[in-house]
Amino acid sequence: MIDSLYLAWRYICFNRIKTITLIACISLITFLPLALKALLSASEHQLMSRAITTPLLVGAKGNALDLVMNSLYFSTETPDFINMKVVNKIINSNLAQPIPLYIRFHAKEYPIIGTTIDYFEFRKRQLASGRYFALLGECVIGADVANLLQLKKGDSLLSSPENLFDLAGTYPLKMNITGVLKKTNSADDKAIFVDLKTTWVIQGLGHGHQDIRIIKDPSAILARSKNILTASEKIKQYTEINKNNLASFHFHGDQSIYPLTAIIAEPFDAKSATLLRGRFLTEHENIQIVRPKEVIDELLGTIFKIKNFFDAIVLIVAIAMILAIFLVFSLSLRLRQKEINTIFHLGCSRGIIVQLIAAEIFIIGLFSGLLCLLALFILGHFQEQIVYKLFIS
Amino acid sequence: MPFYPPSTLHKQLHSLLCACLCASNANKNSAPVVKLISGILLPQQGRILINNVSVNSLSDASRRDFRITNIGFIFQNFELLDYLDAFDNILHPYRISNALKLTSEIRNRANALAHELGIQNKLKQPSSTLSQGEQQRTAICRALLSKPKIILADEATGNLDPTNKTKILEALFHCTDKNNATLIAVTHDHELLSHFDRVIDFKDYCPTETPND
Repeated sequence: MIDSLYLAWRYICFNRIKTITLIACISLITFLPLALKALLSASEHQLMSRAITTPLLVGAKGNALDLVMNSLYFSTETPDFINMKVVNKIINSNLAQPIPLYIRFHAKEYPIIGTTIDYFEFRKRQLASGRYFALLGECVIGADVANLLQLKKGDSLLSSPENLFDLAGTYPLKMNITGVLKKTNSADDKAIFVDLKTTWVIQGLGHGHQDIRIIKDPSAILARSKNILTASEKIKQYTEINKNNLASFHFHGDQSIYPLTAIIAEPFDAKSATLLRGRFLTEHENIQIVRPKEVIDELLGTIFKIKNFFDAIVLIVAIAMILAIFLVFSLSLRLRQKEINTIFHLGCSRGIIVQLIAAEIFIIGLFSGLLCLLALFILGHFQEQIVYKLFIS
Repeated sequence: MPFYPPSTLHKQLHSLLCACLCASNANKNSAPVVKLISGILLPQQGRILINNVSVNSLSDASRRDFRITNIGFIFQNFELLDYLDAFDNILHPYRISNALKLTSEIRNRANALAHELGIQNKLKQPSSTLSQGEQQRTAICRALLSKPKIILADEATGNLDPTNKTKILEALFHCTDKNNATLIAVTHDHELLSHFDRVIDFKDYCPTETPND
C-alpha cells in the first residue's frame, strides 16, 4: 500500500493544478453545509440563551424584532423611544421589577448601555476588576471591550458623536472606567454600561458648565433680570465629569418624559406576567410588551426555512459536483489507459491497479478533509463575529 | 488474422540473441508472439514452457507474478511514466507487484545498472526531460532490474536515430550477456539481423489462406 501511496503522491504532485482544483471543489462542497450548520447552531445558541432569560420586554410599538435585537443584543437599529413614565407605571403596578434601557450611543463602535445597577444582578454579571458605576460619567466595560481597546479600571473612554456632520450636536463625554466585567461570551462582553443619567448627559438633556453667577467676563452674560441670567455661548460646557464639576451637572425639564429604548420587566410570578401583558395590551396604544423568546423563535423559524432552502441548493450543487468529480476521475483514467496497459504488460495485478486509483482518491480526500477542517477551525474562531454580523447587527 | 508460430520456436532458447523478423505487417504478427511468450495471451493449442514452467497452465495472478519476475519488457515507445523521475521509473516494477520486494539491495542494483548504461547523472530527472536514447536506457534498466530470464524487446530501437540505435543495441547485448538472459527482439529492421544468433522470419509462418478467416 505504501508503494501505491507513493506512486499516487507522485502522480498528484505532477498534476498539481488538476489536484488543487479537485481538492478545492471537494473541500468547498463539504465545507458549505457544515459551516452553515455550525453558524446556525451558534446563532440559535447565542440568540436563544439571552431570549430565554429575558421574560418580558416593554418598548414602543413597532417592529418587535428590532426592539428585541436592540435590547438584548445591542444591535445598531434603534427602536422608537418610550419614556420614564412607563417605568413608573410598572413600579406602581407591583407586578414586575423594571430595568430601564437606553441603548442609542456608542464609543468606538461599542454600544453604550444606559441602565441601572439592577441589570447586572438580573443578568448575573460579575466584575473581573473594580466596582460598578456609582456616579454620573462612570462606566463599566465588557471583557472584550477591555481586551480589544486595551482598557482597564481607571482609564477613560470618549463617547462617539451620533453623526459626524452634526456640528451642533452633543459633545462627546469622557467616561471614567470603574470596572471590567468577567467574560460571559454574550453581547455584554462588547458593551459599555453606564447609569441611565449618563446617557441623558451624552444626549445633552443634562449638562454641566461654569457657574454663571460668579463668572467675571461680562460678555458671557447675554441678559440679566431679577431671577434669570441668560448666558452666551462663551460659557464653558464640561465634557468630562469629575469631582470638581460633578455638582454643576443638572437636568432640564421633566425627567419622567426622558427617553428610553426599552424596559426589561421581570415579573414576580407567572400570574403577574400575564396581568402585566394584559394591562399593556389594553391600556397603551403606543407601547408593546413582548416575550423575547417568542420573537426569537419566529426569527429562527425564518432562518431555518432559509436554511432548508439553502440545504436543497447545496444538495443539488453537491450532486452536480460529485458527477463532475466522477467525470474528472473517469477522464483521468482514460488518459492513463496507456500507463495502465504498460503496468499490466509488466505484470501488475488488477488489485494493484485498483489500489493505485484508491490511493489517489484517498490522498485527494484526505487533503480535502484537512482543508475543510482548517476552514471550519477558522470559521469557529470568527463564528461569534460572523453570527453577530449576520443575525444581530 | 491467425498466427501459426514457427515450429523452430518451440525449441529451447537459452542465452540467445533471437530476432523475430516482421515485415510490413510487423505489429499484427509480433504482438501475439510477445503476448503469448509473456502469458498475456493464452495459446489455443500447444503450450509455452519457460524454465520448465508451463505458462498457460498458470492462473491469471500467477501468470502476472511469473511475468514480472521472469520477463523484462522493452517497448518501442519506452513507456516510461512522465510523473516519475528516471530512478523511480527503473524501480517501478517493484512498486506495482507483491511478487517483487523493493530493498536497498535492489536500489543499489538500479544504481549500478544506470551507471553501466551511462545514465547515472540523469536519475533524478523527470523522464520527460530525458533524450530518446536516455529514455530507452532507462527502459532497459527497468527491464533488467529483476534479472529476468527473458527480455522481450518489441521494436526497441524503432524510434531511435542510427547513432543511438547502435549504442542501445550494444548496451542491450552487453547487459543480456552479463545477466545470462535470452533476448527476443521483435523487429522489421533488416540491418539489425546480423547482430543476432538466430533470426525467425514470421513471413514464412503466416499462411496466405487461413481455414476460418
